[in-house]
Amino acid sequence: MKTDSEAAVLPKAGHHSADPHTADRPIAVRHTADPRGVLTGIHFMDGDHACCEGALAAGCRCAAGYPITPSTEVVERFASRVPMVGGTFIQMEDELAASITLQGMVWAGAKAFTVTSGPGFSLMMEHIGYAAMTETPCVFVDVQRGGPSTGLPTLPAQADMMQARWGSHGDYEVIALCPNSPQECFDLTIKAFNLAEEYRVPVMFMMDEVVGHMSEKVVIPPADQIEVVPRKHTHKSVEDYLPYATNGDQVPEMAHAGEGYNFHVTGLTHDERGYPNMTLAVQDKLVRRLQSKILNAVDRITMTEEEQIEGADVVVVSYGITSRVAQRAIEAARERGLHVGKLRLITAWPFPEKKFRDLAAKVKAFVVPELNLGQMVREVERAAGGQAKTFAVSHAGGGVHNPEEILKVIVEASRCQTI
Amino acid sequence: MSDDLVTDILNPVEPFLRSDRVPHIWCPGCGIGTTVNSFARALIDSNIDLGSLALVSGIGCTGRVAGYVKLDSFHTTHGRAIPFATGLKLANPKLNVVVYSGDGDLSAIGGNHLIHAARRNIDLKVICVNNLIYAMTGGQTAPTTPDHSTTSTNPYGVFEASFNLPQLVEAAGAVYVARWTTFHVRQLSRAISEAFQKKGFSFIEVISPCPTLYQRRNKMGDGLDAMKYYKEKSRVRHGAPTSEVGMTMTGEIIVGKFVDRERPDYQTMMKAQFHESLGERFVEQTEMVCS
Repeated sequence: MKTDSEAAVLPKAGHHSADPHTADRPIAVRHTADPRGVLTGIHFMDGDHACCEGALAAGCRCAAGYPITPSTEVVERFASRVPMVGGTFIQMEDELAASITLQGMVWAGAKAFTVTSGPGFSLMMEHIGYAAMTETPCVFVDVQRGGPSTGLPTLPAQADMMQARWGSHGDYEVIALCPNSPQECFDLTIKAFNLAEEYRVPVMFMMDEVVGHMSEKVVIPPADQIEVVPRKHTHKSVEDYLPYATNGDQVPEMAHAGEGYNFHVTGLTHDERGYPNMTLAVQDKLVRRLQSKILNAVDRITMTEEEQIEGADVVVVSYGITSRVAQRAIEAARERGLHVGKLRLITAWPFPEKKFRDLAAKVKAFVVPELNLGQMVREVERAAGGQAKTFAVSHAGGGVHNPEEILKVIVEASRCQTI
Repeated sequence: MSDDLVTDILNPVEPFLRSDRVPHIWCPGCGIGTTVNSFARALIDSNIDLGSLALVSGIGCTGRVAGYVKLDSFHTTHGRAIPFATGLKLANPKLNVVVYSGDGDLSAIGGNHLIHAARRNIDLKVICVNNLIYAMTGGQTAPTTPDHSTTSTNPYGVFEASFNLPQLVEAAGAVYVARWTTFHVRQLSRAISEAFQKKGFSFIEVISPCPTLYQRRNKMGDGLDAMKYYKEKSRVRHGAPTSEVGMTMTGEIIVGKFVDRERPDYQTMMKAQFHESLGERFVEQTEMVCS
């Protein structure tokens, strides 16, 4: 499988040195995982459990959760493992609580996450906004099932993709990752924590029921081969520290409760001191920075897996479990002599808009199968800007596509006239 | 002229306040500032290490306290001060964590967290300023608004039953429950100091006037009239059964320390359980700071 340079940032087992997020920066000390949390070895485990192991390997020692299928196995394993690693899990009274308890944990110095599925994800939205506004580094895992409402417990869907991006009120940016295997549930959970720390942003870990419940080989490397990004903790003195001042890179430095900084954190619009300030100027500066700290780094954040894009007439765009179903359709189409490329979104958000804009000038069409009635396809269509046609292969959820359905659309797309 | 007259005399509570944020947003006659004064004095009296103290507020008039105290202070979302504070305490058990919020924030939108934190006996000190109404949003009915009073959302009078907060939190498991009014500034300060000595979920309700909305709409006068009412109608009944301390619109206000009992807190129970079940495999949580 040929992958482009972006895909190389995947923290593959035994190979963690080529991380472009840090490669262009001088790092005094290379931070690797605390071995206590790393279950080194070759395992047969499902995606939920692999996600938990990824969190532990990333240095996460605190979690707050509320049971909801098909995500609960993540925290069940965490609850069982973390007392032997030096940390804590608490089952809260609801998802509203879980999604803010984890932020208290972060401000006390921990790396923390919570895990849920659709209905719980809906309840967490306010606190995703709080994390974005207060720049609290943390991870929200959503093992997607069919919706709306209680929907399909507990059958797969990928219908929370827009919610992950837009679910909380106001303007903000998040990062969202989409693993397509238990191995990636491990690797990308580490990545999710690392991105959360680097950008001080809530990271959405968008699994789906199939990836969560499928069991495959998961290789967990030795701790010294797992790169972890430490907290962006301030080195400033109490007198010099301004909680929301930035030093050129748009991401402020953190302090933790109990260290003597006497800092203030609020969900209100705030100035560099962290003090509420309701002026237009402060609102504009803050909200634009929350956006640009992510959007200016799109090229460094986004990860895709690409295959036979050069010379392709049609590019199939997929993510999560659907990328594995699409693989079969892509191969069947190639057997028919069609020039079909594959582009898998490993990060859904921020969306790699420029990549799609450039690609749209070269290909006839994009085919976008997903387990929803058309969510990421809107982004593809928007980025294509009319230069290439866009075909959705929608599915209401509850199962995965039949590869034949995708193949049919690939064939149709390859016949279309170039715009 | 003697120099004494122009010498700055430091208000003893000033070191606890973010003076650069004054003037505050509270109305003339509001009791919240009075409670902050009592709180600051309790910090002085109880010799708490301020570096280990974190204060968490929700949303509302009292929710703004977090913005005025010179502590590690968190102004969270509406109703969620307690679960945020729970997270702070769990990740760093050395912190002294105070939740400072209003009756609507803690007992309506945050009511579920209130009872569950009391049930778990999380080591939090909760100061609930009860002004009997939603004040920040303009005087709507709260779960604490007494029968027959008038609010902007019950313009013909409140007819739904109100919460008796001391009874609620006692039933849920709090180890320390007291109520004072903003007239009882010294008693309140002592109660806060006492709560700092307790390990576990402590709840102090402070009855506090809202002259702008509750008092005015119910023709109960201004802040000073509220002080007169609190003075005349308050009855100190330490150890009173909490079932007997419900508030009415114009009746007696039962104040005092109602509950002071011992029960191991969440983290003590958790450690004991892990020691028992895991033995030497239990790794006690140490330094959590992920630097």
